Amino acid sequence: MSASMADPSADLAFRRVRLARALLSDRVMPADPARSPARISFGLPALDEALQGGLARGALHEFHAVEGADAAAAGGLMLALACRAAETRPIVLVRQDFLERETGALHPAGLPELGLDPARLVLVRVRDVASLLQAGVEAARCPALGAVLLEFWGDHRAFDLTSSRRLALAAQEAALPILMMRAAAPATPSAATTRWQVRPGLSRALEVRAPGPPCFRLRLLKHRQGLDLREWCVEWNRDRAVFESRHAGPAAQNHPQSGGASLSRAVPALPADRDAAGERAGSGFRRAG
Amino acid sequence: MQRGAMRLAAVDARSLGLGLHPGMTLADARARLPGLPVHPADPARDAATLSALAAESEMFTPMVALDPPHGLMLDITGCAHLFGGEAGLMRRIRHRFRQRGHAPVLALAPTPDAARALARFGGGDCLSAVAAETRALPVAALEAGEEVLLALNRAGLKDLAALEACPPGVLAARFGAGLVTKLRRVLGQDNARITPLRRLPECMAERHFPEPILALDAVLALVKRLAGDLVQMLEARGEGGRRFELSLFRSDGQVRRLVVETGHACRDPAVIERLLALRIESLADPIDPGFGFDSVRLAVLASEAFGQVQPDFDGHRLEDLALEDLIDRLSTRFGAARVLRAEAEDTHDPVRAARFVPAQRGAVPSLWPEPEPGEGPRRPIRLFEPPQAIEALAEVPDGPPLRFRWRRVLHEVARAEGPERIAPEWWRVEAGTLARDYYRIEDAEGRRFWVFRQGFYGHSGQPPRWFLHGLFA
Repeated sequence: MSASMADPSADLAFRRVRLARALLSDRVMPADPARSPARISFGLPALDEALQGGLARGALHEFHAVEGADAAAAGGLMLALACRAAETRPIVLVRQDFLERETGALHPAGLPELGLDPARLVLVRVRDVASLLQAGVEAARCPALGAVLLEFWGDHRAFDLTSSRRLALAAQEAALPILMMRAAAPATPSAATTRWQVRPGLSRALEVRAPGPPCFRLRLLKHRQGLDLREWCVEWNRDRAVFESRHAGPAAQNHPQSGGASLSRAVPALPADRDAAGERAGSGFRRAG
Repeated sequence: MQRGAMRLAAVDARSLGLGLHPGMTLADARARLPGLPVHPADPARDAATLSALAAESEMFTPMVALDPPHGLMLDITGCAHLFGGEAGLMRRIRHRFRQRGHAPVLALAPTPDAARALARFGGGDCLSAVAAETRALPVAALEAGEEVLLALNRAGLKDLAALEACPPGVLAARFGAGLVTKLRRVLGQDNARITPLRRLPECMAERHFPEPILALDAVLALVKRLAGDLVQMLEARGEGGRRFELSLFRSDGQVRRLVVETGHACRDPAVIERLLALRIESLADPIDPGFGFDSVRLAVLASEAFGQVQPDFDGHRLEDLALEDLIDRLSTRFGAARVLRAEAEDTHDPVRAARFVPAQRGAVPSLWPEPEPGEGPRRPIRLFEPPQAIEALAEVPDGPPLRFRWRRVLHEVARAEGPERIAPEWWRVEAGTLARDYYRIEDAEGRRFWVFRQGFYGHSGQPPRWFLHGLFA
């Protein structure tokens, strides 16, 4: 590249060839490196630095929910990460049917609440894990996608080193992240670049003990490059589409009594002897909806 | 069984020669031929066999109709030259049906009615109908019923030539206009087209093999060539195909049909071949070539206008196309009902507020409620349908649960917000359905739930019940 920079005619020729190729070929060009950097950052400096810039884009990442009840949190974290990875590109989510019984069906109305436009999502429902892996590889071949998400339940023989390697290669070739949520599954050996354990964290309380933005406790269980295995508590800020440290911000404390300074906005009229922030649970009001 | 006696429903050629005929009582027949093998008549299986033969006959022409109870009507207009002329086609059909153990009587005629009359009343094969042969048919060939037949015979009218000589007005006055129409049709003066069993394809390409082909790979290679032919036809019409059907005609008469659909008009042979290959790969019961395939046909069942796509500079249009291709591939492999896109519905009922539709139908712009800045999610990402019953301890009358038990696990509630009252849509649900008060709650470990109380405290004798409806991220 430096040679071409030095010689303007060579650079021009290079661009011409590239343009001609783009126009002639029926295929979409692979993701533009400038548009999608090689790493998916969390947007949280402490976490990104520890991961040397974030999660590798063209790779397979596993997110484990130890208990079935945590699967919703792990799925939500994956969707939030997909938001960051895919930007405006479409996302394919492949779910095993069994998950619907165990953790509920995907509810599209909840996606905008995480910052993801449901129109960008294609859901593929599959019966078994073998089909799920097939669908994952198939989807990774599509150059238009921003991320491929896979979700399945339990331990499965179909998901082993070979099949995970196939997925990882497909992700690498397409420079596309494949994020996989596994619920109630042991950490079997796989070709995933990173493996995380995801648990929900107690959210930052809004006024009158209302649950705040989703909070996740992430534990790095494995990293290909042997990074420190640590634990982070992050909060997903949908409005800015970044992860934030759970302990940052003025309203970080768990106690509702000290719940931070609220922004100025309309509050309902209240009797003079009552406080809008609400001292006792159940007696307060806040504007919502 | 007819009038209490067992009767012969059908007899084969040999028994016919020995003097048996359909309608004879079984006792009579047994008296003449003590060792006569008989099988009970099974009209349902006869009909099934006939349908199978009809499907098989589609290798000769796409226009095949049933002619019950045991006839098939093939419209071979423009097809005969593919099989070496009419004589060649008839030979091939006879050979094929004889191989299956049938004894077909073939008749070729300018109109379906004539062909039917010749086959049933002409006494043997009739391979090139001339006017004289149809005129020599007995009046029974009109199939006008016993009474009419008797009356015609009494009047001395024995064959169709004699009937044709009568003034049509007189015939119509005596026997009704139906007889005259039927006569004109049998004589080829009036043509009633047949209605084919299956809708005619928009266009199709096929290959007949001199020897059956066993290898599925060879068939697939051929599919690509056929797709190339189809694409030329589609180009000439300015169209692209939406639904393609591959028919594999096995030499033993079985027909296997595979249908693939695309989300947009498609004119790329490689795409058609890939989708069909995927379809074959994902079949629950793999294709059994048996003794080989005799012929292969690729047809376009549905097509629509094709717009050439010009790539724009940032490649967005091509990206859309690439996504549609992926949706086609996934739909082919897993079924269109499993590859879905979400659509919003303007309602407060959470179950109806969002639904999934097959992605192949194309994206419909939906308006989703905007999230409120600074707030936590208002709707869960997982929904249980039906909602799951929980045991909850809550403040009366409308406090959120303090603790609740779901799937035998006790959750202590740390955060809660609500109620958000969602009344049932009375114009949809039955009377007496209770309103729901929804709460967003979070337990001490940070798991977030969407629960509701159905009904109110103190409204009826029983306390209201609690349900868990969804899970937040």
